[in-house]
Amino acid sequence: MSAPSFDGVKVGDLLPTLQLPPVDRTMLALFAGASGDHNPIHIDTDFARRAGMQDVFAHGMLGMAWIARLITGWTPQSTLRRFDVRFLGITHLGNAMQCGGRVVEKLEQNRERCVRIEVQSANQFGQTKIVGEALVALP
Amino acid sequence: MIDRKWIGHELPASILAIERSRLQFFAKATGETRPEYLDAAAARAAGYGDIPAPPTFLMAAELDSGASTQLLADLQIPLAKLLHGEQSFIYHGPVYAGDTVTVRSKISEIYDKKNGALEFVVKTSRAVNQREELVAELRSVLVCRHE
Repeated sequence: MSAPSFDGVKVGDLLPTLQLPPVDRTMLALFAGASGDHNPIHIDTDFARRAGMQDVFAHGMLGMAWIARLITGWTPQSTLRRFDVRFLGITHLGNAMQCGGRVVEKLEQNRERCVRIEVQSANQFGQTKIVGEALVALP
Repeated sequence: MIDRKWIGHELPASILAIERSRLQFFAKATGETRPEYLDAAAARAAGYGDIPAPPTFLMAAELDSGASTQLLADLQIPLAKLLHGEQSFIYHGPVYAGDTVTVRSKISEIYDKKNGALEFVVKTSRAVNQREELVAELRSVLVCRHE
């Protein structure tokens, strides 16, 4: 797929969805190391249970990194100007997240032609875990 | 309850050398397989100066330096009660392997909801590269749940 252009994009266009495999403990261990977030609540079941959780759960920033992959899979990272998310719920072990996005506005900002994209991720049960938006400057 | 005296607190600067091997590890950990995120030659062919730091990678600066952990200790937020509420990035310039990024943060707001059952800490950050060019602004909302 070629990179989108400002003129070629319409409000309502959907980004190709990104389907992730179910969250497992290996993923969380790798992300702890790679991100630098060593909070044991994501990697140590005993700690998570003492904290009142059923088990370890995914780092919010892992979910945001997946949505970043959705965006940079559609348009090169060099076009990304802004990326905001809200974390709505905990992403549990076994959750298979699907990330999606939709063009909601075409605008000019700082003399660049930009599009605003609404993004979200939800698990296989339709529970939305992250919502947000991104602004990209398209050629 | 988190002491409101921390509003305005400035964290010590966190300096992060952006290393190829760390970016390759981050790519593996996030399932990223595109060559520009793994290989310097492919990144250059795609128009980047080297492997780019992915959009959310700069969080590593204050995690690696210990500034994040120290902040939680100062604010007396136990890890077991911590949630991430919101995260924003504004991008001003690229960050590639080989760059050194310095992140400086301050606490801009502390507030609560549900009669104090949830407390919110807003941290705003500026990230500059080795040439003191602003590369990103970050905003994090941390949530402390008391229930």
